Amino acid sequence: MAAPATPNTETEVLSLEEKFAGIASPDTREGYEGYIIAADKAEEVVKYIRDDLGYDYLSSVTGVDYLEDDHMEVVYHAFKTEGGPALNFKIQTDRENPRVPSITHLYPAAEFQEREAYDMYGILFDGHPDLRRILMWDDFEGWPMRKDWKEAYYEAETKPFKNRWPGGDVYRIEANNPFNKNVVYPEGFNLNGYNPLGDKTLYDMLNQYDRGGSNLKTDQIVVNIGPQHPSTHGVFRMVVRLDGENVNALKPVFGYLHRNHEKIGERNTWLMNMPYTDRLDYLTSMCNNHAYALTVEKMMGLEVPERADYIRVLMNELTRIASHLWATGFLLNDLGAFQTPMLYLIKNRELILDFFEATSGTRMMCNYSRFGGVAYDLPDTLRDENTMDWLHEMIHERLPRGLEELERFLSNNEIVRTRAIGLSPVTAQEAIALGMSGPMLRAAGVPYDVRRAEPYGIYDRFDFDIPVGTTGDVYDRYLVRVNEIRESIKILKQCLRDMPAKGDIMSVKPGYTHKVPAGEAYGRGENPKGELGFYCVSKGKGHPYRYHIRAPSFINLTGLEKLCVGTKIADVVVVLGSIDIVLGEVDR
Amino acid sequence: MTDELKNPNIPVPAELEGTVTITTLDKLYNWSRRSSIFPMIFGLACCAIEMICAASSRFDLARFGMEVFRATPRQSDLMIVSGTVTKKMVPQIVRLYNQMPEPKYVMAMGACASGGGPFKEGYNVVSGIDKFIPVDVYVPGCPPTPQALIFGLIKLQEKIDQQSIKSVPWYNSDAIEAIPIPILGPDLIDPRQGSQIAREMAVATEAEA
Ligand code: SF4
Repeated sequence: MAAPATPNTETEVLSLEEKFAGIASPDTREGYEGYIIAADKAEEVVKYIRDDLGYDYLSSVTGVDYLEDDHMEVVYHAFKTEGGPALNFKIQTDRENPRVPSITHLYPAAEFQEREAYDMYGILFDGHPDLRRILMWDDFEGWPMRKDWKEAYYEAETKPFKNRWPGGDVYRIEANNPFNKNVVYPEGFNLNGYNPLGDKTLYDMLNQYDRGGSNLKTDQIVVNIGPQHPSTHGVFRMVVRLDGENVNALKPVFGYLHRNHEKIGERNTWLMNMPYTDRLDYLTSMCNNHAYALTVEKMMGLEVPERADYIRVLMNELTRIASHLWATGFLLNDLGAFQTPMLYLIKNRELILDFFEATSGTRMMCNYSRFGGVAYDLPDTLRDENTMDWLHEMIHERLPRGLEELERFLSNNEIVRTRAIGLSPVTAQEAIALGMSGPMLRAAGVPYDVRRAEPYGIYDRFDFDIPVGTTGDVYDRYLVRVNEIRESIKILKQCLRDMPAKGDIMSVKPGYTHKVPAGEAYGRGENPKGELGFYCVSKGKGHPYRYHIRAPSFINLTGLEKLCVGTKIADVVVVLGSIDIVLGEVDR
Repeated sequence: MTDELKNPNIPVPAELEGTVTITTLDKLYNWSRRSSIFPMIFGLACCAIEMICAASSRFDLARFGMEVFRATPRQSDLMIVSGTVTKKMVPQIVRLYNQMPEPKYVMAMGACASGGGPFKEGYNVVSGIDKFIPVDVYVPGCPPTPQALIFGLIKLQEKIDQQSIKSVPWYNSDAIEAIPIPILGPDLIDPRQGSQIAREMAVATEAEA
């Protein structure tokens, strides 16, 4: 197990404001924390944060548009891989000519996130290696997340919209648009002779790579995989440059499922966002709900009753198992074991979904957490059986049996091993630098799990191990997931044993509107895919001023190029499968 | 099998009962089409997960002759638009639709594909795939359960049963025109609305002046 980079402990490490007086000043706004860093000295300060203060893991980068104060802000959250709370720092810039130095060379994890901030806010990151739009297409007009940018179907600043009230003036928003579609064109736009850029910048970027490799004179070809491809796990696209069968450059293309979560989220009330979080990583809605609820609870200072906390853990761990079963099944699919392992593994997932359906009302989109608890108590019966008995049988018998079956057939399977061992390894340092999280990070040997590093809810009460790998190759990622299923079962057993049989499930009266005190918060949970974070800013109103999602599968893809270059084209889908992405979360 | 096809008005001699069936060409065509619908492996978003579940062992689409999911549009009969249609994706969807051979059917699975769903107001979201390609069956839900999807497929079968080779467009002498591919410009451009865009722009400039 490789040790994470340790801070320099010999000399007393000065805090940021001592070391950089006048450059890094504490953020004194009401409800805010962290530091505001002068843009021109950012390089030095960030280096200090990383190397001397030991915040080696950059988790989240995002922009915020403070329209009234006439500036924009880039907000960073960095963690130590040893555990502990975040260091939050910000760089401010003006709205007319927003420029901020890129920190991609210090923290490679920032690469896609800076591109996203550019795409959404138009903030230019000086020194960024590949600053193009990431979610929208190149020709798109406008910076959609800016507060003064209005979408074509714009109705009002915040919900609920007037026409949605029962008995109100109901109309279809299409009727207001001359094209009957969700589109708006800039002034004076002329379609005649219009020549869009298309993918030009993308191919230009791809061609910048050194064409070296073998000294045979061969043609290199560019292959587009996706967005419609059975092995891209959704509408994901990779552009690959091949030399023979070897991949020598790869660029992922995002945005085919960009559903504008954040823009919609800033019009929604706080609670309205809960069902939207379901649709992030739609295989793990329970965990998403939990992480979002944690963030808002942090801002509101809410407690959660004990029983609700136990129920949340129960749901989280069942979700983790279901998600890992799905991921493993599809990894095997990508490895060529078409369908069969997947069908076997989905079987137990279906049973877990039955439980979710009985509890929350739906199979996938559970919308289950509330601020201060959960929406419903567990049902008394499930499939005509006492729920607790059913759960007991599930957790003590069925799931372990399923796990044992999985291991027996797959873990030592000759073909799986030959194909997966040694494929696209990553070292611990690289994984940390690239911002990987979840099984990806742990497979590389970093025992970093938010449930341990910064325990939330009641995770500090459970006894469980954090499985880690050694080489970070595809097989290790597979093994980590399988072992995590085992640990989850362990947690579930303790959870079932200790759960109070009766008790409140909400600490406050359930309601539809919440006033969240002004300020900011970053809340995170360990999702099956990795660290899911929410960065919310409140202005004390009924809806978030800023609602940002740090999506684990999106950031895990930062390393995709590094993982795939040098492998064979047939292995690219396997590597992608081992990252376990869900497009709802990648593109949001 | 012969029972399903049999036309009760035309008697078959008793000794041939069970081996010979007298039916109409329409019925034969429709029966074979409805019993072997090949959907395309085409997942867009969350709804695709339920589509996979519908195809897996518990719900088992194979019972209706639909288990053969094809990865290429050239071999598929049915496009299940299973998820949110984004502006960035819609050119590809239209292209895929154009690549499917006739007869082809489209099902809008879920709220998003039917009308934009929860993300309707989003700047990158197309409010329903029927704004670009014709839809045969809409399945409501977010996501529709596998049962609902299967119900939608049965509705499609019922629709196929109503067809007649005399009236279906793909046996007409005129070629069926491909749907023009939308363009990603400053916003999504539907080439069919080109002249309307020009008109609107002219009105806007006039209003300015
Ligand atoms: S209808 Fe609902 S479940 Fe289906 S794609 Fe849209 S948001 Fe997802």
